[in-house]
Order: sequence, then structure tokens, then C-alpha cells
Amino acid sequence: MRLREYPQITMAHGGGGQLGADLVTDLFLPAFGAAALDAELTDAAVLAVGDGGPYRTAFTTDAHVVKPLFFPGGNIGTLAVNGTVNDLAMVGAQPIALATAFVIEEGFELRLLDQIARSMGRAAKAANVRLVTGDTKVVEAGHGDGVYITTSGIGAVPVDLRVAPDRIQPGDCIIVSGPVGRHGIAVMSQREGLEFGTTITSDCAPLGAVTADLIAAGIEVHAMRDLTRGGLLAGLCELADAADVGLAIELGDVPVPDPVRAACSFLGLDPLSVANEGTFVVFVPASEADKVLAVMNSHPDTCKPAVIGTVVADHPASVVGRTSLGGRRVLVRPMGEQLPRIC
Amino acid sequence: MKYLDEFADPDIAKRLLTQIREITTQSWRVMEVCGGQTHAIITNGIDELLPDTISLVHGPGCPVCVTPLEMIDRALAIAALDEVIFCSFGDMLRVPGSASDLFAVRAGGGDVRIVYSPLDALALAEENPDRDVVFFGVGFETTAPANAMAVQAAFERGIDNFSMLVSHVLVPPAIASIMASERSQVDAFLAAGHVCTVMGMRQYERLVDDHGVPIVVTGFEPLDVLEGIRRAIIQLEAGRAELDNAYERAVTQEGNVLAQELLERVFEPVDRAWRGIGTIGESGWKLRDAYAAFDAERRFSVDHITTVEPSACRAGEVLQGLLKPNDCEAFGTTCTPRSPLGAPMVSSEGACAAYYQRDALTMRARS
Amino acid sequence: MCLGIPGKVVELSDDRGMVMGVIDFGGATRRVCLAYTPDARVGDYVIVHAGFAISILDESAAQESLELFEQLGFVEGAEETVAEATSEGTRS
Repeated sequence: MRLREYPQITMAHGGGGQLGADLVTDLFLPAFGAAALDAELTDAAVLAVGDGGPYRTAFTTDAHVVKPLFFPGGNIGTLAVNGTVNDLAMVGAQPIALATAFVIEEGFELRLLDQIARSMGRAAKAANVRLVTGDTKVVEAGHGDGVYITTSGIGAVPVDLRVAPDRIQPGDCIIVSGPVGRHGIAVMSQREGLEFGTTITSDCAPLGAVTADLIAAGIEVHAMRDLTRGGLLAGLCELADAADVGLAIELGDVPVPDPVRAACSFLGLDPLSVANEGTFVVFVPASEADKVLAVMNSHPDTCKPAVIGTVVADHPASVVGRTSLGGRRVLVRPMGEQLPRIC
Repeated sequence: MKYLDEFADPDIAKRLLTQIREITTQSWRVMEVCGGQTHAIITNGIDELLPDTISLVHGPGCPVCVTPLEMIDRALAIAALDEVIFCSFGDMLRVPGSASDLFAVRAGGGDVRIVYSPLDALALAEENPDRDVVFFGVGFETTAPANAMAVQAAFERGIDNFSMLVSHVLVPPAIASIMASERSQVDAFLAAGHVCTVMGMRQYERLVDDHGVPIVVTGFEPLDVLEGIRRAIIQLEAGRAELDNAYERAVTQEGNVLAQELLERVFEPVDRAWRGIGTIGESGWKLRDAYAAFDAERRFSVDHITTVEPSACRAGEVLQGLLKPNDCEAFGTTCTPRSPLGAPMVSSEGACAAYYQRDALTMRARS
Repeated sequence: MCLGIPGKVVELSDDRGMVMGVIDFGGATRRVCLAYTPDARVGDYVIVHAGFAISILDESAAQESLELFEQLGFVEGAEETVAEATSEGTRS
């Protein structure tokens, strides 16, 4: 039976893989009308509001459903704040304000809700963004997995700044801001049925300050994308598709922490497809690469950035990796969420 | 020595490739019988680095691809039962049954959980005494010891809410079946290293003697795979047909005797219908009568199963090395990873999915 | 079917008569059953599949393999060395 013909949503639709992307292009966009079909599928929408002025408004939203709610390096609250701040940062916006909606399960402990809320307050302060409005709903016990949080955010983009996939050009350099796979492994280490020991903590962090520094340094930033579910691979495949360019990746140069590699090895996971929460890729002209690395190396929110590849005119909309053996590997997103395997 | 990086050294890999290139004078077809080796080949781009004269054929070494359709349908029916917590390795979740898969069963309300080890499923059974925990015991001889131990532990501890749906398949009968076929085009085999870690090498001596085809026991790191290929080519070029162990650090002649003893105690041979290939005699294992209480097949009567395989799916021929995935009419058109007709297009180790990803660059134009 | 990964035994224990251990895969550790490798000691490397150790890695065999690789193409009469290696392999 073809998954596309299922009348029901499955977990595979949520994993940051191809099926999730299909849901957007095949179900939501057509339903939302012509304007939606024209929309650039970037991390945040950038809109002109009113009759001009020095800024346009960036607007984004994110739903957070992580399990477990508390994991090494953060909790659903820190994810909710940083995730949305980062979506704004990726289009070059200065984050201004967030709105948060909570769907809370009957029976959820107030003490835990308090911890989450306080984490959000601290994260907002660290990200220099205000939590200005919100909503709460309670659902019956058995629904809601404790709590779900949806966060929407607005930011300001200078009217002469455009950071978007269509600015990516052959010859551009691809840089990742830090080692990949940390968030997914941190969360998975606590998951029932898979539990394992590790020192890895989530990379959940706000990226607004470092992206602002990149732009303030006068670097010609073509595009940025924060890596979330689906990992580095999903981010690269989405951008290759959106920009209709080929990406050539030097697989040996992708930074992966040893503990991430170790966990991926016995679970049979590809670190390139493991989730991140505070790591991003940036596309700049090759001549600007050193400046990007300098900013990232000296910034407290990023460390061990690396050049991982180049944009090429060959194989448009495809991502091809060069293995350390010198072989070729076509990089394609998994259909759904990447699953541990024995085979 | 950590046993990983050392066996992925790019400089040594290049040297092995050079050696292989220097000694290959004719065209050869080498089959590897293990999804893990297919994975190593694809992720390192090894087949494209080999001389064109060497053709690597992916064999039926992936339980996801060869688990009988009827067994998948049985698993889906059991997983849908209210009282059941159905535990499985992650690989099996997307395998298409006749009309559904485990993801869809979960969407429909079934309690389907991914575990890393059958012992995790056993622990779930102990923690949930009011539920029936069923573990999907698929795999080759490498996985059978884990499953045997879980059943044995359940037996000894009296964990009567635990059972296993056993669908083990065995490598030697599959190799024999492929070698015996008159359509076979395989010149040499790379035997699955970890299957031999468990079972030893004895069964493979018989295969070499009976069919006169070289078999090289091969590991899974890039250097292991290249070395396995190199030793196979050496034999082929010299006209020899012998059993060779290229994974000495993990494989001995006799294998893991303790594992073999428990396997003998817990399982007995049974004929199995390999998906797409057909029934191969005594090519599988099932639980012995002494363990009937832990046999999910006997415990749950889920008999209204009509098994329907799409007729356009030629997975069986692909798995026996008789058809290249991209020579199948459905490949890339009616059969893609998004809408797979059969298992080899679903599993990331499946030959069809591996070819699809490789051909993705040109496939985009076709679809 | 064969995802078996080498890891180091860092702890041994017992669960109701079943030999268990903690294996370190290089920064990620996991509880693993060692019933099939009862001779494994702390510091040994084992191959782990589906939560079970299925063999203790033979370090000297590994060293020999690596040394053989090192000699490839660099020693005069390399083809002879290669032929020796294969016939040694069939002996085991």
C-alpha cells in the first residue's frame, strides 16, 4: 500500500523527512490559496506591512511536541523560545516579540509547568526577545503528552536586506555553525526502548546574536537555514530544492562529535539526519568564507564552525556528497523520521 | 585500537582499490549477502570506485526485504489488537504488508513501539503485567541468539505476558538456492561476517564444495569490504574456489558455540517463503514446542489474512541477482520510495532504494 | 541483519543470573547482555548486535590485518604476499 494513499496521518509525516514536506506542498498550500502557492518556503515569512519604512516584518510559527519534555541541555520551553527566535534570525530579522500558546494535559504537574515557564523567561531574556502574549488550553488526560507549545514570533528585517534561497548561486560556500546531531541524540538517549548513556547535551540555543553579527560585519549573506528535525540533510535538501542548485558536500568535513558518532553507530543512524536545535548553515560567496568563520569562532553561541561544501551548477536540486574514500554518495532525505535499525 | 577508524582509513582504501584494479583482468559479478555490507558500499560510494569490470550484486541479505509477506500481515494483525504492545526493530516499521504497515497500524490506534533489543521488549512485559507484549523476531542468524535469549529468559522467569513472532531466515540455504539456479550469474560471494561470527564457517565449506564458487567471509567497515572483494577477485582470476576468512578479528572456524547451543535448544528448522523468491526448504527457524507459550504465532489466532503482493513487483528477481533494479519496468515510475511496490524500495539497505538514490539525479527528469 | 558495532566493556554485572555489561562505543554507553561472551573482561572489545555481545574482538588478528594492509603495494613481490595471505586465510 502506498503511503501517499493512506487516509490517515502517520508518524512518518512528522519526522522532518520527505513525507512531511509533501504534506505542505500537496495538502496545505493548495488549500490556502494562490498567495500561499507563491510563498517562498523559508523559515519565516517576510512581509511588507503598512506603506513602507525602513523595515519589513518577519513572521513565523512553530509547534513543539518533544518527548521527553525535559532532556539533557533543555526542555520544551527552551525549544519553544529558541526555535522561533532562530526561524526569525534565519531571514536576517531582529527578533522582537513572541506569542506562546500552551495545550496542557489534565493532570500535568504545576511544578513542571512552572519550571518550563521559567526556562522560557530565561531563554527569552538571553535571546533579547519579549514574550508578549499567549494562550492556554487544557485537554483531557490521555491527550497532549503533558504539554504542547506553539510559539509565533515577529521580527524586523531592514528593507534593503534579503536573505533567501533564491540568492544562492553556484560558487557559494556552505558553512555549518557547529557540530551536528547533538539535539537528536540527547533526546533519544532518554527515549524508552532506546535509552543509553551519553554526555551529549542538546545544542538548543538562540542564534539571533550571531546572525546579527554576520550581517553587521558586512558579509554578503545569501541564505541561512537552522537545522532542526531531519538534520543537516533536510536543511541542505530543502535549500537545494528551493534554490534549484546543486550542492557538493565534503562529507569528511562535516563536524560530528564523537559521542554522536558513537550513539549513531550502534543505533544504525546517520548523523547527517539527526535533529539539531541551535546549529545552522549559511551560504556566502566563497570570498566571504573566512569572515564568516572568524565571526563564528569568536562568538560565544557558536563553536567549531566548518566549511562543508560548495554550491554547483551541476545536478540542480540535488545534494551529492564526496566520501572520505573519494566515492560519491547521493544524499536524499529519509521518507519519514530516521529510525534505529539492525540491518 | 578502537576497531572502527583504523578500518576506514582512506589511504589504505585507495591502496586496496589500486590493488583490485591491478589484478582484475576480466568481468566478474560478486554478490554480497548482507544489508549491512550493502549499506557500507552505498554510503562510501565503493561500487563506483571499483573498476567497471566488477559488478557488485546485492543479495537477499536484508530481513526487511525477505520476511514473508504473510508474516508481515500477521504482525500487523497482532499489533492492531487492543491488549497488545507490539515491539519491533525500527527497520520493520515501513515494510509494506498487503494493505498496510506498522506506521498505519499505529495511526489507527495500535501500540507499536521501537526497541533496540528484544531484552527491551522483555523489560516492557515485566513493567506492564496487564498487557500482552509481542516482539517481532525477524533477522538472520546474527539476530537469532538475541531473540533466543529473550525467549529463554521469559521462560525461566515465567514472564507469561511476553511472546515472540518468530520469522528467522538462514543464509546458507539462500546461497545454495541462488547457486543452484540455472539463471544464476554470480561468480563469487561475500559472506556476511556477523552471521559467521555466530555460526562459524562450516556450513560455507559445503557450499563451496557443492557449487565450486569462491566465498569470502567479509566484515563491514570500508577496508573490510574492499579486502573481501580483493580476495574474491584473486581467487576468481586464479580459477580457484575456496572458503576464505577476511574478517579474522571477529570470525573463527567454529563460531560462537554458546549461541549455537541455545539456538539449537530454542529453535527448529522450518520451510520459509522468502518474499518475492518463494519457499526455500529448511531455510528458517521457528520456536520449538517447549516454548509454545511464548510463540506469538500460536498464541494469537489471526487467521483472516489474505496475502496480496502487487504483481508488478519483481523484488524476488532483484534479490537473487537476476535483475538489476533499474531494469525493472516499475522502477522510478510506479515504484518509488514514496510509493513502494515492494520491500527493497522501502529499506535503506534495499537494493532498489539504493539504486534509486544513486539514480536520483537522472530520475528527477523521468518523474 | 548485521549491524554489529565494536565497543569496550567498561563494567560487568549480573541480572538474575544473566551476565550483563556496560559497553562504551566511544562516548555513548549502553547496557548489553554478555551471556554469549562470558569470558569478556573489562577493557575487552566486543561486537554488539541488538543489545548482545556476539564475540570478543581478537586484537592480534586485527593488528595482523592492518599490518597486511600497510604492506600492500609497498613490498616487492607484493602479489606473493597477497597470495600467502589468502592461503593463510583459508587455513582458519
